[in-house]
Amino acid sequence: MRATVLVRPKQGILDPQGDAVETALAHLGFSVTDARVGKVVDLELDATDPAEARVQVEKMCVELLANPLMESYEVEIHG
Amino acid sequence: MASPQPRVGVITYPGSQDDRDALWALAALDAEAIPVWHEEHELPDLDAVVLPGGFSYGDYLRCGAIARFSPATAAVCEYADAGGLVLGICNGFQILCEAGLLPGVLLRNASLRFVCRDVPLVVERADLPFTSRCAVGQRIVIPVKHGDGRWFAPPELVHELEVNRQVVLRYGEPCNGSVADIAGICNEQGNVMGLMPHPEHAVDPLLGSADGALILASLVEAARERVLALL
Repeated sequence: MRATVLVRPKQGILDPQGDAVETALAHLGFSVTDARVGKVVDLELDATDPAEARVQVEKMCVELLANPLMESYEVEIHG
Repeated sequence: MASPQPRVGVITYPGSQDDRDALWALAALDAEAIPVWHEEHELPDLDAVVLPGGFSYGDYLRCGAIARFSPATAAVCEYADAGGLVLGICNGFQILCEAGLLPGVLLRNASLRFVCRDVPLVVERADLPFTSRCAVGQRIVIPVKHGDGRWFAPPELVHELEVNRQVVLRYGEPCNGSVADIAGICNEQGNVMGLMPHPEHAVDPLLGSADGALILASLVEAARERVLALL
């Protein structure tokens, strides 16, 4: 079973990488009013039950993959 | 009776860079400096511990996020919980924050640039084991070298720190965009401190400043007092 974790800088937290991307896109002529840069973690799991997989991945997020002070996360489970 | 030499450990993680400089500086300040490998599950008999600067585990995921799970970090947490003196410098500060021994988190510098220069700092607390040789309001100069040094915490947590007097050092000029210009903080009990500047790189006038010795000599002195208290 596969899972994807999306980790994002929390709303309201200064994201200088996002600001740099926004500026670069503007230089290229794109009309962008905001950009935020996060990260993606793709996981291969031994679990076969989607509910069990979600419980495991949520635990991974809390213990390691995201820091709740500055990041929010979303978990996607793929069959 | 000769003054006892306190034993100060320095943890080496994979990717630590300033462990040897910290060992050298502590020895120069008359401590018995003891290297400790990150795989050690128990600390040797120590009077203080330093977590050095560098890029433990390549700074992968987040700075300090993986070093937090090293066996030695668990031992440092136990040591701190028992009241032991713990100082985290730069990456060591990041590890202490990730491990929950200190509040907040260190984020990418607001400028996105690696900052490597001497910075003025203002001392906010001089009653800690790490700052007893300083005076409140004193300006000291210590170098920084980091890309992720912007200390951050939500406003309510910053307020709590200010009320508890946990801010130890502030930048005397803009450095990395950290909240309230915070350069160094301590835990509520005052036995754990973290700072982004590198005191071990400023212990001799030849290095441009000897102000770092004020921090490290305070620590060595506090460690020595603990040895004397046990005699």
